[in-house]
Amino acid sequence: MITLAEITDVTGEPGNFQVEVTRRPRFVDTEKCIACGLCAEKCPKKVDDEYNEKISKRKAVYIPYAQAVPQKYAIDADNCIYLKSGKCGACEKFCPAGAINFEDKPQTVNLNVGAIILSPGFAAFDPTGIRTWGYGEFKNVITAMEMERILSASGPTEGHLVRPSDKKEVKRIAFIQCVGSRDLNKSRNGYCSSVCCTYAIKQAMMAKDHVKDLEASIFFMDMRTHGKEFERYYERAKGLGIEFKRCRVHSLEPVSETSDIYFRYIDDCGRQLETQYDLVVLSVGLCTPPSAMELAYHAGVELNENRFVESSSFDPVATSRPGVFSCGAFSGPKDIPQTVMEASAAAADATRLLAGARNSLTRTKEFPPEIEVASDEVRIGVFICHCGTNIAGVIDVERLARYAETLPNVAHVGRNLFTCSQDTQDIIKNAIRDKGLNRVVVAACTPRTHEPLFRETLKSAGLNEYLFDMANIRNQDSWVHAAEPERATEKAMDLVRMSVAKVGLLTPLPSISVPVNQAALVIGGGISGMVSALELADHGFHVSLVEKANVLGGQARHLFRTWKGELIEPALQELDARVRSNPLITLHLESTVGSAEGFVGNFKSTIVRGKDSRVVEHGATIIATGGQGYVPEGEYLFGTSSRVFTAIEFDKLRMVGDRRMKQAKNYVFIQCVGSRCEERMYCSRVCCTHSVQAAIELKESSPAGEVFVLYRDMRTYGQREELYRKAREKGVVFIHYEAHQMPKVRPLEPRRLEVEVFDHILHEPLRIVTDIVVLATAITPNAATAELADIYKLPVDADGFFQEAHAKLRPVDFAADGIFMAGLAHCPKPVDESIAQAKAAAGRAVSVLAGSSIDLEATKATVVNANCDGCAMCLDVCPYKAISLVSEEEAGGKRNARVEVNLAQCKGCGLCQATCPKDGIYVAGFSLEQIAAQVEAALAG
Amino acid sequence: MSEQVKGSVLIAGGGIAGMQAALDAANSGFYVYLLERRAAIGGKMAQLDKTFPTNDCAM
Repeated sequence: MITLAEITDVTGEPGNFQVEVTRRPRFVDTEKCIACGLCAEKCPKKVDDEYNEKISKRKAVYIPYAQAVPQKYAIDADNCIYLKSGKCGACEKFCPAGAINFEDKPQTVNLNVGAIILSPGFAAFDPTGIRTWGYGEFKNVITAMEMERILSASGPTEGHLVRPSDKKEVKRIAFIQCVGSRDLNKSRNGYCSSVCCTYAIKQAMMAKDHVKDLEASIFFMDMRTHGKEFERYYERAKGLGIEFKRCRVHSLEPVSETSDIYFRYIDDCGRQLETQYDLVVLSVGLCTPPSAMELAYHAGVELNENRFVESSSFDPVATSRPGVFSCGAFSGPKDIPQTVMEASAAAADATRLLAGARNSLTRTKEFPPEIEVASDEVRIGVFICHCGTNIAGVIDVERLARYAETLPNVAHVGRNLFTCSQDTQDIIKNAIRDKGLNRVVVAACTPRTHEPLFRETLKSAGLNEYLFDMANIRNQDSWVHAAEPERATEKAMDLVRMSVAKVGLLTPLPSISVPVNQAALVIGGGISGMVSALELADHGFHVSLVEKANVLGGQARHLFRTWKGELIEPALQELDARVRSNPLITLHLESTVGSAEGFVGNFKSTIVRGKDSRVVEHGATIIATGGQGYVPEGEYLFGTSSRVFTAIEFDKLRMVGDRRMKQAKNYVFIQCVGSRCEERMYCSRVCCTHSVQAAIELKESSPAGEVFVLYRDMRTYGQREELYRKAREKGVVFIHYEAHQMPKVRPLEPRRLEVEVFDHILHEPLRIVTDIVVLATAITPNAATAELADIYKLPVDADGFFQEAHAKLRPVDFAADGIFMAGLAHCPKPVDESIAQAKAAAGRAVSVLAGSSIDLEATKATVVNANCDGCAMCLDVCPYKAISLVSEEEAGGKRNARVEVNLAQCKGCGLCQATCPKDGIYVAGFSLEQIAAQVEAALAG
Repeated sequence: MSEQVKGSVLIAGGGIAGMQAALDAANSGFYVYLLERRAAIGGKMAQLDKTFPTNDCAM
């Protein structure tokens, strides 16, 4: 990790680039800095804190934010008094570690790398100086980024929703959408920023959470909640009483006496109303910052007219320079899951080029041999973390330390400002060595994030990593009991006493690793499955690709163009040819997966083809089984009239030159057919763009014909907005309708139809005579989703799509290790996003397959043979199917039944232990004896 | 494509995208240099309070 650094030049070629990196001075030696904060305390220079969007101040020597990595201070040279005038130097004087180095100079570092990934991110649009919003002029107009900090408990107002002018609690708040997006008038950004609608909903929800009787309104043009689970989120917000007003606000004015913000708007009925709010949040868009444009220049990568990286739909993370990839908002505005998918895709594509050099430059960490401690007297070290002021600001840590010293078997107690910092790891290691400690308790934040770090410290000190316990005195104590410091301290004492009681009984656990079968199974031969299979094969792994049809291509076979206008069929043919000719891919057409067993690294799946079946062994699994089009049986005369089509039918008929299409003059597109309704409360994401694109083509081929698009919210998100603008310029008529006033289609004369829709501008029903009606139908899950969910024990969401492990951070992983998803089986998405996810899934699978073995947690169920009588009750409760019944023959011919645990499948959840009536099974590290000691210690307080 | 292929990747930008790419590349057996323009990694996501649609903490 190299901070304060930028690329200044790139030469060379894919596989072998020379990169010149310029590193700005930090003026703080990171080797010496212990992040004690004394420098910032003594620094006399206050500076606007950019982390808090300049709402609060920081010092000229600073740490960007409390959880910053690296947890090291830096001096801001633009503001430091010493660096500017040679006077002061307070930080240097007071730094106990001698870490301040005013002589630090810019450095140039030359790196030799195989590939480059650019992920500089975005800047929020700066509305300063645009008179209509008054931002920077009216105090109670803020940006969404400022709102984010105000809502945050770690922010400048500690999460209290107060307005800047008078710190009064906000009672009425308005969000103005599309500030710096979809606006070529007041900004240069014609595109939609994709995320602002949903983040405004989030902020309104959180704001209502902070102030119970808050009135919150969102003023928007189109509500673009097109992501997975976003539509339901929108509905939830409406249910919470958040008001949504479809209207572009012209301008804001201050009310001089109260500093409230006043504006006029037009309501649903066309009336002009005046309104007033305590606080107005501008939902600012995403744009490429100048620093990222410089990066593009130095890296030799071309940007498009919107200043984003230009990429192909079929190669979504590639740039104009081979060997240089991009991900995230640099290639267009997008949300976090899409960013994370692209990041995994970029890592996969970058390392694919370098597959031959895998493991050539990486190092494996070496640990000293383990010290034998089993028979030694228990000597416990307790390390209490201040977590800056997170813990020490509430809990009396000195008293806690004195108390810990009195506990049985405690041989050493230490206190640290940040127990997680690098220098504290050395302190812990030294204490283990010098004081002969053989058990360690850390009283700090939470084991969820930090237990692995401390366990590694134990390992590097030669102790078994399981001789450790963590007392959660931050998340479960100082944070939640901040108002009651005395009782929080008592609770911390209880928690430490419990940990000490347990840790004394812990025994070393052996490390477990399982071999990895370095092959993959990809289920589904659509565009996602093909891309995943090729990516894995290019990485050098064998792939079995299973497709139920007798051809490859899936849904993409029915598609005509991507939103960028690239023809899909030739790309599909090329993929097909590459898959079929790749020696590492075994293709199973007309096949399905009938059954499966196993776990990460060691799956066995049965591929069924007609009457034949064969078992393949694989270390990773990718599920890309696609989705299907909704059939609008009986809706809008579909199935009755020969002039009402789904969008896919329409494309096909136009392609083959159908007579009805040739003769037609007028067209009506109806959006959201089967989407955003009670049965399918989600947006199908692709249909708005498709209809707009088709409407443009119709207008271009016959400008005299009329084309209407009836929509609920036009969701041409991101740079797709360009198409929407173009369609309006070409004269396509867009008419908004509400869910409670659905359009009606009637047969008119033999070859014509009449569509009736309530027009919200004219406020009366409008009748359109048309030749063709095109229904923008939903994308739904297909039957394979439920089948595979059953076979691999995978979760599906409320809409029947596969459920990812984490909505933001693990959008291609299943919760079960070694299984990944891509494409429509996850949720509706266009071709470019399916390909990005397919590459990401392959990349995630490569990280499993790259090693020949995987290390597993040693906290596993352990059978006590003497007590187990084979009653098998634990078999039924085990959610991972990790337990099996075996029978052994004893001397004398008597058969003895007992259970056995598959360590790789066991997750150590403890259900077996809780169920067993005979104490015949326990989870290592959580035995009844160990837990009982903890419980007794809890009650002893 | 170079004949002398290096088993390392340089990632410019240490926000959520750069961090995820760095983790994946490293876990796949490649040495990663993660460059960050600012004094700490984390990017914009570190400034966010909660994330939609689950309202999970962004930190």
